Amino acid sequence: MLDDKDRIFTNLYGLHDWGLKGAMARGQWDNTKALLDKGREWIVDEMKASGLRGRGGAGFPTGLKWSFMPKESDGRPAYLVVNADESEPGTCKDREIMRHDPHTLVEGCLVASFAMGAHTAIIYVRGEFIRERERLQAAVDQAYEAKLIGKNNKNGWDFDIIVHHGAGAYICGEETALLESLEGKKGMPRLKPPFPASVGVYGCPTTVNNVESIAVGPTILRRGAAWFSGIGRPKNVGTKLFCISGHVEKPCTVEEEMGIPLRELIERHCGGVRGGWDNLLAVIPGGASVPCLPASQCDDLFMDFDTLRELKSGLGTAAVIVMDKSTDMIRAIARLAYFYKHESCGQCTPCREGTGWMWRVLERMAEGRAEKREIDMLLEVTYQVEGHTICALGDAAAWPVQGLIRHFRHVIEERIDQYAAKPAVGDPLMVEAAE
Amino acid sequence: MSVRRLADVQPESFAFSDANMAWAKKEIAKYPEGRQASAVISLLWRAQDQEGWVTEPAIDAVAAMLDMPKIRVLEVATFYTQFNLAPVGDVAHIQVCGTTPCWLRGANDIKDVCKRRIHADQHHRSSDGKFSWEEVECLGACVNAPMVLIGSDTFEDLTAETFDRLIDDMAAGKRVEPGPQVDRQFAAPMGGPTTLTDPSLFSREARDDGEPRVEVVEPQNDADDAPVATVEKSDTSELSDADRPETLSEARDGKPDDLKRISGVGPKIEGILHSLGIYHFDQIAAWQPREVEWVDAQLKFKGRIARENWIDQAKALGGGEAATSGDKPEVLANSDQAPIAAGKPNAAAPSPPDPDGSISQAAEKKIDGQSTEEKRQEKIEDTEAHEAADKDSAD
Repeated sequence: MLDDKDRIFTNLYGLHDWGLKGAMARGQWDNTKALLDKGREWIVDEMKASGLRGRGGAGFPTGLKWSFMPKESDGRPAYLVVNADESEPGTCKDREIMRHDPHTLVEGCLVASFAMGAHTAIIYVRGEFIRERERLQAAVDQAYEAKLIGKNNKNGWDFDIIVHHGAGAYICGEETALLESLEGKKGMPRLKPPFPASVGVYGCPTTVNNVESIAVGPTILRRGAAWFSGIGRPKNVGTKLFCISGHVEKPCTVEEEMGIPLRELIERHCGGVRGGWDNLLAVIPGGASVPCLPASQCDDLFMDFDTLRELKSGLGTAAVIVMDKSTDMIRAIARLAYFYKHESCGQCTPCREGTGWMWRVLERMAEGRAEKREIDMLLEVTYQVEGHTICALGDAAAWPVQGLIRHFRHVIEERIDQYAAKPAVGDPLMVEAAE
Repeated sequence: MSVRRLADVQPESFAFSDANMAWAKKEIAKYPEGRQASAVISLLWRAQDQEGWVTEPAIDAVAAMLDMPKIRVLEVATFYTQFNLAPVGDVAHIQVCGTTPCWLRGANDIKDVCKRRIHADQHHRSSDGKFSWEEVECLGACVNAPMVLIGSDTFEDLTAETFDRLIDDMAAGKRVEPGPQVDRQFAAPMGGPTTLTDPSLFSREARDDGEPRVEVVEPQNDADDAPVATVEKSDTSELSDADRPETLSEARDGKPDDLKRISGVGPKIEGILHSLGIYHFDQIAAWQPREVEWVDAQLKFKGRIARENWIDQAKALGGGEAATSGDKPEVLANSDQAPIAAGKPNAAAPSPPDPDGSISQAAEKKIDGQSTEEKRQEKIEDTEAHEAADKDSAD
């Protein structure tokens, strides 16, 4: 288990002062200028050496991403855009950072922007996080007032922060949709290339990072890459905020070391699975987009990027959704399918049509009102959606369904058998998949 | 994809209030020259705050202010689902999260309450016009499921009963307290955090003078801390013997009280209390200030006993003169303030409510002083260890 002294977000639960004074007492804003004085290259190299992988879900090395920004400006300004559009079902970690430890993010923005030659950072907060946005804005204002940021600030790098917000669209968590939304348009993802590092917001070089990736930056630089990379497992290092929701005794958000075994995570911090470990049915280990894992794979499961990928799932945002044996798996996944149907931006046909189609079929399967051959048809359709869209929402909609069929096909079949044995009166069994 | 259209009946006109207009101008100025369209979402949002919903005249007004074609603003208003395109309840529009993490913990019960109390269908006003509701997708408070968003505030850890009461209170115009509706510190596990309990993490906070530390360099820091730490260390050792409260070798009749009923005591702390020989409410109720300090030091939760007012809680639970066998203490059941003050100190206030400030502050300083010293030593050892460890997985 991670020692308290190795935790980065020391006010995760809001027990202490979120403001500048409290943040400084907890070690933030501690001689930030000295970090900047070491230079852009040093910061990027140190971030690469720390092994930090992006905390927004994809796990792309953060230092490497920063190094993609142009070294010399061609006249266009560069931007850091922080993705605080936390909407992945199960995920609520950035919320705690913004409302209880906002100065980690504000300071992180300064350091990251300096490392990529940006004088402006825009933080895009999801519309529903109203109090969180107010708190974050208050922290930004405090930093301006203390001359830690702004023109001619104490840290020697002219720097502005704009707190921006959305208005309820999951898709705006996709980086190019977020940029579109920032520009005042519908959040519809852009084709890549060009990548944001060359053409991002307002046509300028832009790096989009998750809140957590940015907020851990200053602490890593202060304590050293070796400290961070010494925590966790090879290639999956550092500390991570885990959000454990669903059927545990005490759901919570907690900072732990990367790679902590799932069972330890749940039993140490969440009081165990409701009804005991043996009552576990399945988990979704990384937010709604990743395929579920059955209990049989959970006994010695390391919660890190590579372990979960080997199991054809993923760490995603480290949002663990726990389901006990009382759960109707088909309905649980059907509800996610509805989520993706609701949140598809409608730009690409396979996603716009496919998400609704998958949801309707799953709703019938949850009742058992389907035929067994439709299971394979459904699986086939998920592969038609996956990889055939501009952004990853299509993939994200397909994976949970694939996970369901991979691990719980027998449940669907049993449900169909039950229904066939006793169909609802006056309800002829018919295939109405593509209604 | 959700298909959304403007309401059939629209008002004649729209104008921002003076205050909102001034605010809008500042908002537009945040963005670079020629990029004022970036402000479209925040302006529409403000129009909604003013009118309750986004009207077509408001869309026209925002388009004119930002020099955007109307269709572009219309697209935005219909694309983003937080915009209400029709009138909502006068008192509250309740957004119920229905996505899987909330669904697993009973979001359907919450929806049923909405259907029963407000309207069978979402997006309709209740008959008195006070309320409306809708099911929305994940609101990002999954560890506090199930939850709803009303206006700017979230109400979390709901049950059908607490939610029902919430609607009653709002209808009656009573003040409602946002956040978790159970005794819980935001996203921390029920019964208290399992992490961040090391008081040395916050020792600086307790005695910080508030001066920015930007200019401070390491060696100075050490010089500052060292003498303080030694003095305080000797103070702490004074605490240890004489201040131990009266303890028992085992629970009377082998039946310990359920100390977890004290707000702030979870299974872990209960275990520690048992190991100290504390099994009964009356033991806690009888603690003297120095004894509180002593127990505090054992628990490694600075000031927690005073902050959460364990002694009064213990008295109410049957440990004081007015011992009753009622199951819930009155302080907790009737007074709104008691649990709020105990479980949810206002995050904006630097120091939590402290009924016995003199005790806990003194205690904190002493205990923390010692821990700072220890922590620094650990830190030094740690740095050495890390320097020695080779650096793999650098890529």
